[in-house]
Amino acid sequence: MARIAAHIAVILTAAALPGGAAVALEEAAPIGDAERGAELFTDCVGCHQVGPEAENRIGPHLNDIFGRRAGAIEGFPYSEGLARMGADGLTWTLETLDAYIENPRALVSRTRMAYPGMESAGDRADLLAYLRQFSASPANIPEAEPTAIVREVDLPPEVLEIAGDPAYGEYLSAECTTCHRRDGASDGIPSITNWPEEDFVVAMHAYRQEIRPHPVMQMMAKRLSDDEIAALAAYFARID
Amino acid sequence: MTLDRRAFIGTTAAAAATLAAPMVRAQGRPRVVVVGGGCGGATAARYIAKDSEGAIDVTLIEPTRTYYTCFFSNLYIGGFQEMDDLGHGYGTLAADYGINVVHDWVTAVDRDAKSVTLASGGALPYDRLVVSPGIDFVEGSVPGWSVADQDAMPHAYKGGTQAELLKAQVMAMPEGGRYAMVAPPNPYRCPPGPYERVSMVAHALSQVNPTAKILIVDPKAKFSKQALFEEGWQKHYSGMIERIGPDFGGDKVEVDPAAMTVSIDGMVEKVDACNVIPAQKAGRIAHQAGLTEGNWAPVEPDSMRSKKDPNVWVLGDATSQGDMPKSGFSANSQAKVAAMAIRGELTGSAVFPARYSNTCWSLIATEDGVKVGASYEPTEEKIASVSSFISDTGEDAALRRQTYEESLGWYSGITSDMFG
Repeated sequence: MARIAAHIAVILTAAALPGGAAVALEEAAPIGDAERGAELFTDCVGCHQVGPEAENRIGPHLNDIFGRRAGAIEGFPYSEGLARMGADGLTWTLETLDAYIENPRALVSRTRMAYPGMESAGDRADLLAYLRQFSASPANIPEAEPTAIVREVDLPPEVLEIAGDPAYGEYLSAECTTCHRRDGASDGIPSITNWPEEDFVVAMHAYRQEIRPHPVMQMMAKRLSDDEIAALAAYFARID
Repeated sequence: MTLDRRAFIGTTAAAAATLAAPMVRAQGRPRVVVVGGGCGGATAARYIAKDSEGAIDVTLIEPTRTYYTCFFSNLYIGGFQEMDDLGHGYGTLAADYGINVVHDWVTAVDRDAKSVTLASGGALPYDRLVVSPGIDFVEGSVPGWSVADQDAMPHAYKGGTQAELLKAQVMAMPEGGRYAMVAPPNPYRCPPGPYERVSMVAHALSQVNPTAKILIVDPKAKFSKQALFEEGWQKHYSGMIERIGPDFGGDKVEVDPAAMTVSIDGMVEKVDACNVIPAQKAGRIAHQAGLTEGNWAPVEPDSMRSKKDPNVWVLGDATSQGDMPKSGFSANSQAKVAAMAIRGELTGSAVFPARYSNTCWSLIATEDGVKVGASYEPTEEKIASVSSFISDTGEDAALRRQTYEESLGWYSGITSDMFG
């Protein structure tokens, strides 16, 4: 209910903005309810431990499971199937863990994990929110796995139609100018000042679709909506 | 960038602006006072002044006239940067943005009276206060070391003279001598910083004293960019660097600055230079102002507003906010969100949803740069990480060089974003 209310608030804010600027198409939400996940974990404790005193039992301990390569705990007798998946590059992330818990044998053939699978996506989210607390914190290790997910927010079409507002682009540009100098100087980082609008838009979509390969720019572009990209293009094209 | 003509003129203009402030206040402009002229404070002051176009009276209080960035101080130690190039004055913020720059210490904050007291005796009232004080050290966190010992065993974890001192001590080590670093526990400023420093000390020693050794005493089981650093150390400085983690007593360390010894779980080692990076907490004024819980100042994730006082914002390393690492990039990102929120309250300007990001570049050896980064968004509970990336091990030399050049561009970008 709170989440629905938040969506409405976002849409209302958008409508009330001066100049009709659009807002972000996304908002972050916790992975799930960790307290409820702790209760669900009682189904797992027959085989798995997690927490400060956790040790390998029938299954491996689950500390630092997020970001860990599958089958990576030295000395633990993994099934051949899981060891092979690890060697092939399977890493435990929110997505891969979710798929594994939903149906272990669908992700890893002949895994020894006898668990039949957790059907409810909500239950899985809560369980993973609980387990996430026992893996590295991004505040300490920035490369640690995310702790929240970005949800799509449906915006009414009239908001989406607004494009190329340079004033909104100026606001958004604060994130760009941490690296790209507004005055157009380019040493090490290319200038984006006075770029033709169309080139700018095409480049940003190429980053968003991972056609252009730069990880910082992919990250930046992926959370820009179409009209935010247009707004930025309009702003940078018009800088004096 | 030392005290050039432009900076000098700017500072004079700032002094004049400060004197004129009471008259300005009589005209009813809302007042924002910013305490601390680093990544958070300078960025916040500049964005509030720039985007409010004179509608808000901004005062920036910072004791030093030249700010030496802590980021890139490791590159100075490695010989890749000159200290002068890491110094930035406040002249442009005063002259071009109309910010009242006051070089003074804040000795007290009276949140009931909405006023800050200066060491020189004056007091400044505010409508909104921004506190961006950086870090201080937790006394006693490394037994045997206190701030009084920072000349014998430098922390070099604030920019400027401490980095110069540490570099001088490294360069003065006897042939085949030993450098030790006591690494800090989480959370601390710049997660990859201690390990980039080790890389840069190793680089400097490999030029002048290649048989020297480096010992890292670390209370943490793992650290940021660990695979990248360990790969690089093996490649560039094979046999030089040894790290003792908590499984071998890295968390049971004691130092004796007079004897220049480090004791690890009772085993005493003689060293020739020693860099002690203690446990950290929010800068003094955040505690004095009653903005902290434990070591850090809690803030609202959607605005960086203090959870202790709706008229106060806290930025950067001093805060506890969730997943963002303590870094200059983070503070700069947070400052822009705060500036927007403060302008919204004082002038009714548009307030957009907060978005935050961070990238940390590290240099391992000549033209061997790596990076880690993430984007963040507020949830009700905290600022949460929603995606991240990190350089891969085994990248080719061209990509590593490009990453290094990118870091130089970032330095130029963020410092002009802070200081104009």
